[in-house]
Amino acid sequence: MAVLIDRHTRLLVQGLTGREGAFHARQAAAFGTTVVGGVTPGKGGTSHDGWPVFDTVGDAVRETGANASVIFVPPRAAGDAILEAADAGLALVVCITEGIPTLDMLHVVQQLDGGGTRLVGPNCPGVLTAGQAKAGIIPGHISREGRIGIISRSGTLTYEAMHQLTRLGLGQSTCIGIGGDPLIGTTFVDALGLFEADADTDAVVLIGEIGGSAEEEAAAFIRQRFSKPVVGFVAGLTAPPGRRMGHAGAIISGGRGAAADKMTALEGAGVRVVRSPADIGSAVAGIIRA
Amino acid sequence: MKIHEYQAKALLARFGIPVPRGEVAFTPDEARAAAGRLGGRVVVKAQIHAGGRGKGGGVRVVAGPDEAAQAAGGMLGSLLVTPQTGPAGRTVGRLLIEEALDIASELYLGLLIDRESERLAVIASAAGGMEIEEVAVATPDRIHRQAVSGSGLQAFQARELAFRLGLTGSVALKAAGVMVAAERAFRDLDASLVEINPLVVTGDGAVQALDAKVTLDDSAYFRHAGHAELRDPAEEDPLEVEASQHGLNYIRLDGTIGCMVNGAGLAMATMDIIKLAGGEPANFLDVGGGASAGQIRQAFRMLLSDSRVKAVLINIFGGILRCDVLAEGVIAAVRELDVRLPVVVRLEGTNVEEGRAVLLGSGFDFTTAGTMDEAATHAVALAAG
Repeated sequence: MAVLIDRHTRLLVQGLTGREGAFHARQAAAFGTTVVGGVTPGKGGTSHDGWPVFDTVGDAVRETGANASVIFVPPRAAGDAILEAADAGLALVVCITEGIPTLDMLHVVQQLDGGGTRLVGPNCPGVLTAGQAKAGIIPGHISREGRIGIISRSGTLTYEAMHQLTRLGLGQSTCIGIGGDPLIGTTFVDALGLFEADADTDAVVLIGEIGGSAEEEAAAFIRQRFSKPVVGFVAGLTAPPGRRMGHAGAIISGGRGAAADKMTALEGAGVRVVRSPADIGSAVAGIIRA
Repeated sequence: MKIHEYQAKALLARFGIPVPRGEVAFTPDEARAAAGRLGGRVVVKAQIHAGGRGKGGGVRVVAGPDEAAQAAGGMLGSLLVTPQTGPAGRTVGRLLIEEALDIASELYLGLLIDRESERLAVIASAAGGMEIEEVAVATPDRIHRQAVSGSGLQAFQARELAFRLGLTGSVALKAAGVMVAAERAFRDLDASLVEINPLVVTGDGAVQALDAKVTLDDSAYFRHAGHAELRDPAEEDPLEVEASQHGLNYIRLDGTIGCMVNGAGLAMATMDIIKLAGGEPANFLDVGGGASAGQIRQAFRMLLSDSRVKAVLINIFGGILRCDVLAEGVIAAVRELDVRLPVVVRLEGTNVEEGRAVLLGSGFDFTTAGTMDEAATHAVALAAG
């Protein structure tokens, strides 16, 4: 079953005819994902790598029965692409694009609020359900089918966690990169809620970083409403305040958003927090095999 | 991107926010001339991208042109240390010469994106002139907030905020006008922060932005042709500027271990693990998901130009990027740049065995590590030795 995407997902690629979109569409298909087509405004009626290309998401949904999309369009057009996918009624939209203006995302999250579309990202590696399907850029071959969920603000740390688990023989249910921007669709709390209800997930790895208060909100949720074991890591213990550490959302400002505070909050909620990113896999093994 | 106070004021004035009359000066003579044109008492304010300037001696009230020139001479080229600059301070390269106001009271006005509520938030306080974080801790009841919906800050919401600050009559209406204008400025400029602290009420009942801080969203430059001109290279680390031109994300720190990592989260985690192993990272460096040979060469160039770096730690998780391709890039860069520093490489992920074989067969004395822990321990030992 897993969460967000599975073998029933019919994936549309917005930006299929671009370099990134085309490459990752092929990767997704090779992983087993049902990729049904692409959208590039102005190139409707053509085909790309054998997939039909449409001018609008609405056309694509009508013709292909798509129920999810992954977005690889440039930052200036990405906010609009998300809204177009939501308007076409897609239940899941995964936006990989980095560098979308914050005010564009402010508009997007307000528009999506209360609607039927779940957004993952932007500025994220996407979503992968082991053995079934993926939307985004997470390398498929490091995954292994299993029962551990991953939620992460960072791409490469998601891969690290998957790889450590896989090497220890611990497979994953679904891996969700929620993204490193200040304004994102699916939050830690949203993703935890999905895993709580998922019968195929036994434990969750939560990977946070400096900036904002998403980890503190996750801690409050875990304390009250999450029943499965959680292993946590928060990057940026040594990050200087006031500097943006790569991700637009990774900044300690006004004395808020420090890694130590987030670790304390998570530990207070019973999360097994590891100090070293190299210990994520073994900490999960310790809990699962205890 | 941060910009200077005088630039922020010029931007805000375009939206109808009253600011004191003032001119920018780069030399004592320009300061004298500006003070002469303004007349009367003037304020000489150092322009650096950090707050707390008053505490560091970067703001002086003087009687006239000669004193303005004298104050300017003392400030220009000097190192200004404030609570926000850190001990190294910043060199003052330009000044704002401004008319001195008759201040009756000081307010605070700030606009930012509130990540929790996912709304633009307007924050106002009657406790102006202080750091708002300190007010939030000491007297949180003196901070008033208004979340803004998609249609923008409404005039009635601004008036309510002004009345909650204890303002009355025409002063309240003027302050509300400033709030509405500031919110329009925030949106039109693609700002990530607009802060007017203090927003002052003068003896004759005028409301003016005495200080102003505007931070612009780097991701929105494409729709603001004028924003590039606001950049002050003197306020930026030249290495960081060079890095951004090559698609690298580099932030200079104080340690001795140079880091080269793919991905922002892993780059931060690598800094953390160096610290755990007893060392200090010299930098944050994200070479990106692709990490081409050219980017790796450029990354090495930057690490080598920092004389404090005693060892280099390369930590790469090859996802889409193959480890063998990366290893070849590292060897090419080490050969071309004649790298003599100890280099510790930790590769993991796609084609990792081939990657390690490439490194081992290169003839260079790389230290390879199987885990991040091991890599950090090696790097710390090599940097110390």
